[in-house]
Amino acid sequence: MTSRPLPGESLLGTLAKGSKAEIVGLDESGVATPLAAGELERRLIEMGLVEGAKIEILHEGFPRRDPIAVRVNDHVVALRRAEANAVRVHLLPAELP
Amino acid sequence: MSEPQSPPPRLALVGNPNSGKTALFNALTGARQKVANYAGVTVEKKEGQFVSPAGTRVKVIDLPGTYSLRARSPDEEVTRDVVLGRMRGEEIPDAIVFVADATNLRLNLRLALELKKLGRPIILALNMMDAAEAQGLAVDAAELSAELGMPVVPTVAIRTGGIETLLGQIDRTLQVAETEGWNPVAAECGWSEPSSHDLRDYHREVERVLDLAVRTHARPHTATQRLDKVLLHPALGLVILLSVLFLTFQAVFSWARLPMEVLDGGITLLKQGVDALLADGPIKSLINDGVIAGVGSVVIFLPQILILFFFIQMLEDTGYMARAAFLLDKLMGGVGLHGRAFIPLLSSFACAVPGIMAARTIENRTDRIVTIMIAPLMTCSARLPVYTLLIAAFVPDRPLLGGWVGLPGLVMFGLYAAGILSGLLVALVMKKTVLKGAREPLLMQLPAYRLPRPRNVGLGLYDRGKAFLTRAGTTIFTLMVVVWVLASYPVAPAGATEPAIRYSIAGAIGHALEPLLAPIGFNWQIALALVPGMAAREVAVGVLGTIYALSDSGEALRSSLAGALAQSWSLPTALSMLAWYIFAPQCLATLSVVRRELNSRWWPAVMFVFLTSLAYGAAFLTFRVATSVLG
Repeated sequence: MTSRPLPGESLLGTLAKGSKAEIVGLDESGVATPLAAGELERRLIEMGLVEGAKIEILHEGFPRRDPIAVRVNDHVVALRRAEANAVRVHLLPAELP
Repeated sequence: MSEPQSPPPRLALVGNPNSGKTALFNALTGARQKVANYAGVTVEKKEGQFVSPAGTRVKVIDLPGTYSLRARSPDEEVTRDVVLGRMRGEEIPDAIVFVADATNLRLNLRLALELKKLGRPIILALNMMDAAEAQGLAVDAAELSAELGMPVVPTVAIRTGGIETLLGQIDRTLQVAETEGWNPVAAECGWSEPSSHDLRDYHREVERVLDLAVRTHARPHTATQRLDKVLLHPALGLVILLSVLFLTFQAVFSWARLPMEVLDGGITLLKQGVDALLADGPIKSLINDGVIAGVGSVVIFLPQILILFFFIQMLEDTGYMARAAFLLDKLMGGVGLHGRAFIPLLSSFACAVPGIMAARTIENRTDRIVTIMIAPLMTCSARLPVYTLLIAAFVPDRPLLGGWVGLPGLVMFGLYAAGILSGLLVALVMKKTVLKGAREPLLMQLPAYRLPRPRNVGLGLYDRGKAFLTRAGTTIFTLMVVVWVLASYPVAPAGATEPAIRYSIAGAIGHALEPLLAPIGFNWQIALALVPGMAAREVAVGVLGTIYALSDSGEALRSSLAGALAQSWSLPTALSMLAWYIFAPQCLATLSVVRRELNSRWWPAVMFVFLTSLAYGAAFLTFRVATSVLG
């Protein structure tokens, strides 16, 4: 099963380089990890990926544009697109600072 | 509970990775520090001491960096267990210094709130304050202190005098703890593993405190943004990374050549000295052939190891290492390896021992085991003497591609490539079978680039060098003595016609192995050379020299031995031995470090069996194919 964004929302793992967004929720249910249930969500929060945080996709890896480097408020976090899909975001216009 | 003579107070440094915690530790303790292991686990324990301005001798431990007390890796478990007083053989610390990266308070302060729950004295050090101020941060330390309920001191660990306020605060905190009769064992600990709900609460609290205490926020580090545009570019970034790796590799071999020759000369002089001083006999043989030759053959790699660690330390301290893991994560993920695995694997080209130790940075145990298991397949420099000898003896120096490459160089490249490819293949097979499971998530901070500080690099190298020499002086020393005994006793009978080693226990083992090794084309001389080769791979060359009764040494031995081998071995035998050495299972130092690092007898046994099987299989195939093709 895969995560599905609610209407008007996107998943962090699907965003292209340069996208800006605000985090609106975390939902790890659609992400396959070797971690115990709830662990991925807690790790994401610990790295600052929490509701209200402003993010921007800064860099993409190679090949298949994976992993991604995401600016989270003041710092930069690298993560894979698969796990980034546990983060639901609301897209912001790209020209915002 | 109290002892008659009260021990010095103990301070624990806790903080996020990249918070400059180790720099602060170095600033506090200088060279008065030592690296050991915690009982039962292989996590490095860094401990040091200093005398505070008030004249108290204080012990300080540098705990592994972590984002949380929830402990995701063996390193982080140590941090949790030490601050909770659960660590076997470790006293609970009297006070905690929480080191926060001032440029990144939002990310860092959450752990401070978690640590506060422990109910013990805690000081918040706002580290890298100079960088934060340069980025425009204005923070009201008094307000921050009032809101968080702990003393807050700005520090600049890398500047002289940058930690004086912290030293003063440490004195005050320890004094208050003492006068209040604060008993760390009896203190009530309010910490429990936070749920995601608790974490969100902590996060909101941090936001609230920062709103009150921060006057102006730090701007992003513009130099880092500009550098990353180039260094993390999907194509250019990889090209630069490969160049960095190539430069490292090149330096390990070319810069180390001169110091290695000097060391080699020193060892030879030492041997000659002993030769002149002592009468012939078992004692002289033990000292010269056993200890000096054996330990010397390991110590000679010190320059390579120091150069390698110099590069690794520079890459770590600048912040580039995290970028390398980012760039390689997807590519290495193809065979199930974590992006962080590349450092240990790169180190293994010098020697698998430091490579395996470098695998500590991999959080997930499964990922770590796979990395450690394939580390010996990266061609270490100890295999070079064997490769060069056999190539000189059997591969004609024929130019290829119009003189661009020589056949010997091509064969050498092929041997390295075969090692790398089989390593990746083994990783893939292990991840698909015994060590199944999705990869550990990446989730890693990309810290701002910083200029490395010579003092920190120097102290790091000093630690590495000391650890390596200690090992050479203890474990390796013992192994060498054992191997010498095996190769020397029983002594050859009077009037023996064959080399003395033929009559020893090693000789007997070699002979016993011969039928086993005959199907892969090995003669008794090779079988015999493999036994002392257990201690260090390149020793096999010396043993072959002894067997073929050559008295030359060094370069002369290599060229005359090459001639002798070309005369007496068939080409399939030589090729078979090259194939065997790609996998070369017989390095006791590697097996012993695997045992120590994974704290298991099982994994070194697995490693020995699978490497031996691969070596045997490859040599068998090579020998059979070569025999049938060459007739």
